[in-house]
Amino acid sequence: MTSPSATADVLASPSEQSGDNYLTHEKGIASWLLTLDHKRIGVMYLMCVLGAFLLGGVFALLVRTELFTPGRTIVDHDTYNQLFTLHGAVMVFLVIIPGIPAALGNFVLPLQLGAKDVAFPRLNLASWYLWVIGALFMVASLVTNAADTGWTFYTPYSTVTTTSVIPALFGAFILGFSSIFTGMNFITTMHKLRPPGMTWFRMPLFLWALYSTAVIQVLATPVLAITLLMLIVERVVGIGIFDPALGGDPVLFQHFFWFYSHPAVYIMIVPAFGVVSEIIPCFSRKRIFGYKFIALSSVAIAILGFLVWGHHMFTSGQSVVAATIFSAITFLIAIPTAIKVFNWVTTMYKGRIHLDTPMLYALFFLWVFTIGGLTGVFLGTMSVDIHLHDTYFVVAHFHYVMMGGSITAFLGGMHYWWPKMTGRMYDEKLGRIGCAILFIGLNLTFFPQFILGTRGMPRRYYNYLEEFQGLHQLSTIGAFTMGIAFLITAVYLLGSLKKGKPAPANPWGANTLEWLTPSPPAYYNFHNPPEVTGGPYDYADWVYDARVGGYERKATRDR
Amino acid sequence: MNMLMNLLQQANVLQTQPAPPAALPDPPKVPESPLFWMPNSASEFSGEIDTLFDFLLWISTISLIAIAAAMIYFCVKYRATSREANEAAESQVDHSNTLEVTWSVIPLFVVIAVFVAGFKQYVDLRTPPRTAYEVHATGQRWKWNFEYPEGLSHPELHVPIGRNVRIMIQSVDVLHALFIPEFRVKMDAVPGRYTELWFKATKEGTFPIYCAEYCGTAHSDMLARVVVHSPEAFQAWVAEEIRKIESMPLVDLGALTYNQSGCATCHSLDGSTKVGPTFKGLFGKQEKLIGLGSLAVDENYLRESILEPQSKIVEGFPPSMPTFKGQLSDRRISGLIEYIKTIK
Repeated sequence: MTSPSATADVLASPSEQSGDNYLTHEKGIASWLLTLDHKRIGVMYLMCVLGAFLLGGVFALLVRTELFTPGRTIVDHDTYNQLFTLHGAVMVFLVIIPGIPAALGNFVLPLQLGAKDVAFPRLNLASWYLWVIGALFMVASLVTNAADTGWTFYTPYSTVTTTSVIPALFGAFILGFSSIFTGMNFITTMHKLRPPGMTWFRMPLFLWALYSTAVIQVLATPVLAITLLMLIVERVVGIGIFDPALGGDPVLFQHFFWFYSHPAVYIMIVPAFGVVSEIIPCFSRKRIFGYKFIALSSVAIAILGFLVWGHHMFTSGQSVVAATIFSAITFLIAIPTAIKVFNWVTTMYKGRIHLDTPMLYALFFLWVFTIGGLTGVFLGTMSVDIHLHDTYFVVAHFHYVMMGGSITAFLGGMHYWWPKMTGRMYDEKLGRIGCAILFIGLNLTFFPQFILGTRGMPRRYYNYLEEFQGLHQLSTIGAFTMGIAFLITAVYLLGSLKKGKPAPANPWGANTLEWLTPSPPAYYNFHNPPEVTGGPYDYADWVYDARVGGYERKATRDR
Repeated sequence: MNMLMNLLQQANVLQTQPAPPAALPDPPKVPESPLFWMPNSASEFSGEIDTLFDFLLWISTISLIAIAAAMIYFCVKYRATSREANEAAESQVDHSNTLEVTWSVIPLFVVIAVFVAGFKQYVDLRTPPRTAYEVHATGQRWKWNFEYPEGLSHPELHVPIGRNVRIMIQSVDVLHALFIPEFRVKMDAVPGRYTELWFKATKEGTFPIYCAEYCGTAHSDMLARVVVHSPEAFQAWVAEEIRKIESMPLVDLGALTYNQSGCATCHSLDGSTKVGPTFKGLFGKQEKLIGLGSLAVDENYLRESILEPQSKIVEGFPPSMPTFKGQLSDRRISGLIEYIKTIK
């Protein structure tokens, strides 16, 4: 893996010379809504996901505000239950699951493959429309009488509550198809459209991560679809699959639900691993350590992730034998996860580290994800889980992984690829400040929740005992700190669209193929498919040129 | 689209939810704990679980600090001066199978040890001893009820110290979970089946009980207390509670018995026909009996029907009522009769 990774003259396309790019190639709303260009679809996904993130974030702040005092602070019991349900459903189904794969992945994947588009561009657009329709159903639930079941829709509560559960279920059902389509598209694209010379083990690790994710999306999501349909049928006509009065079993629903939703946890976090695997070597100017171990550990996590759903059910009354098997396999997942973290940290050893915003987010990820991962070991330990299950410890754990892991990596990836997507540089100083405030806010919000949980505070509580108030208030203050950080980030990112410096083709000196295109890329990405002759993390050929504010290939400069 | 949704909503067989209770008049208190992370350790195995928790906490803290320290050290030591300087990394070493094996195998041993420890404790937690004091717990939106073998039904869980207690848990509506942090036990209440948990309390005092599985509106108000007594005090408490019930006005005791002893399942109060005749307007009514003519319902007929239900069956009803002989005290029977008289 030492030779230069791609041959030159892939860029000399006519469109590039005329200054044409994917943003300016066609104009008007219709050219966006009917586009088959993966980059535009990626950007549309990004806008929608960020819109949903704002909505879910507002719900989160309302929840935290209500919890500032025990008893009523701003809303009543039922409204609170609706708020935490919507927060969870929006963040999981509309933000984190599509966040990295559909938004960033859509934009980056074909570029990293040196391809002109994904394998099925029309299917790609269809999955975006499905996302929009699914999101509309979620909003329909919100404006009629928002569901109050929690995002898990546990029966029998979800079959007896009077709120609009069906639109929310139907929304999640449709969003599932959006996810399946994206997964199928990515798998095919990676099998069929790799450029000459790009063997599987020369693929960027982001693509390995997207591949593992896509496999889970395609295999697990149909089970969610079936489960949600059964629940809809149960609610409408009462066939009794989950109703004990008719011979059904409410615990069966939990098995069905977690058979999807545990693998879905890896749909949410594995792409984040991919982003971090791109950022850390690039900003350390060093080849990634243990490439194959990182690549294959994603696959191992994807496979093992199918076999651990019962660890959500240690107190559900499932048999001791079942619980034991689920716990044992859960512990096995700790190993590939640990391997990744160790390899990332070792990559920095003897590197030349640049602490730009994307790298700060990657380091931020390492800290919070390590906490999230280690606390997962507590919960996998059966006897300890009996105490911690359904307490704030679980809330803190999965927010460290989902918010701290997935969202942080998503932000890191967004800052990393922002120049490529928009053709503009953002304000680096504000980027670092936003990242630092977010780091403080996130830890302040969620660390106290570990203590609340071990002390016995159950989750999904509107009221709580006075003893817990201090820790809840810290958590609420942390949540608003995060709100400020997001506000700063939104302001400078939007500002960069107008006032940002034009981005060079390769601002960070990365060696994956997307950086061979100009920023923003031409409509057809590459005039000729680039030929790959080396690994994706060989930085020796790239030299910083202050005149362009970015990196240029030695060969190109010397010519 | 909304209209369609509304239609679907109306097609549902909706059950009305009970109204949420007012704010808690008297919430349980969490007694001060000597531990930072955990609440008081008040059961036989809470100490063991805390030991495992502490072990995990130490391992995690050490790992986290080691990773963070390496990260920060590398950032300081290998920080690039500027982009312009174009410094190359000191080394491009990119793999080491020795390292990969080391950092796979060491954590593997740690997690195996933790798994085994957690497994052993879990089996103990899930395996009640054969001789245990058994209490039935019923979750219902949004209250707990505990039935004691002495014939007492009470909203609080009272247990003797140092004795194995097994709780049989059930739910009458949706999922709930019985959670007693001080004992480190938790188990879901699932409609349609029994679940169980057990513990041996080691510390006298009053500790909170929570519902830990989301159950709707007042989930967070579904609190109760567990009170751990000395064996003598426990016996005294049971006797006192039973005495209190025995000294209730007869009508109140009858209403209590009606709800606790299963009468409500077959005899309605509103005139509707269930398995047996309704209690509404029953007293004084002329009933036709199978093969025995008719009679006016009076105290003696009611008493006979409770103790020997098969002797005089009302026409149109199956002879399916079990006898309550030996199960209900004379006072409770009188209470029931007085209560039936008030249902007009």
